[in-house]
Amino acid sequence: MTGKELAAACGFTLACGSGEREIGGEIYCCDLLSIVMGRAPADGLWVTVMGNLNSIAVAVLTDSACILLAEGMGLDEDAKARGDQQDVTVLKTPLPVYEAARAAAKALGLP
Amino acid sequence: MKGLHYHYQVPGDDFTRAGEASGAIKAALKKLGFSPQVVRKVAIAMYEGEINLVIHGGGGEIDVDIDGEKVTMVLADHGPGIPDIQKAMEEGWSTAPDNVRSLGFGAGMGLPNMKKYSDEMTVESVVGEGTTVTMVVKLV
Ligand SMILES: Nc1ncnc2c1ncn2[C@@H]1O[C@H](COP(=O)(O)OP(=O)(O)OP(=O)(O)O)[C@@H](O)[C@H]1O
Ligand SMILES: [Mg+2]
Repeated sequence: MTGKELAAACGFTLACGSGEREIGGEIYCCDLLSIVMGRAPADGLWVTVMGNLNSIAVAVLTDSACILLAEGMGLDEDAKARGDQQDVTVLKTPLPVYEAARAAAKALGLP
Repeated sequence: MKGLHYHYQVPGDDFTRAGEASGAIKAALKKLGFSPQVVRKVAIAMYEGEINLVIHGGGGEIDVDIDGEKVTMVLADHGPGIPDIQKAMEEGWSTAPDNVRSLGFGAGMGLPNMKKYSDEMTVESVVGEGTTVTMVVKLV
């Protein structure tokens, strides 16, 4: 399932990127960037409340397929520009982290 | 394969540019056809080192050498130095100030990640003079 399809299935909004990349399956939730760096799976969906430039860098370097910004947190202007430039898909939702991840897991067919 | 060399100047305290050097190296390695595992190891190790230059080292320089066997990264700064390297290497130990914690840094996992994702790592530091971190990722 692509980021765009996930957004459609869960009512998330596309905040930047094309949304075309396929999400490989695993979901990972955390906000502290060096913990994410060490653990986020490649091709996964990363759920966080951090919508700054550094989140884009971390998603690129861990090769995450998609970022899901929870709790209605905004994506910074410069982060959006960088995300569009590097085609990092960022989705947004007002849901809290756990609910957001649960909705995504259901849509992605994860247990 | 002929040796390749890359050099980056990393400004201190500029979080808008942090990650540029690691991003560039990641793209270069990918283009050169290295395995995803090697690309990931180098990208993670180098990003953590780059961020430490920005946050703790007051900026610095990164030199990356690639030959047929390994990727060698040398990150050097003339910042405050690390008084207790063993302590700094512990998971969870951090002196990151509040303003960078609010950006998501300061878990105290940077150096442990660098150790985990590189095959060899040395940290040399003199208080008041600076810090040099050398990391090697093997290609095979
Ligand atoms: N280049 C450096 N110059 C001076 N001190 C450093 C340097 N690199 C690391 N340190 C010290 O070592 C500590 C641990 O570094 P580490 O990268 O593991 O965690 P952090 O940078 O504080 O947080 P995180 O990397 O998880 O965002 C730092 O808080 C800092 O005190
Ligand atoms: Mg660090």
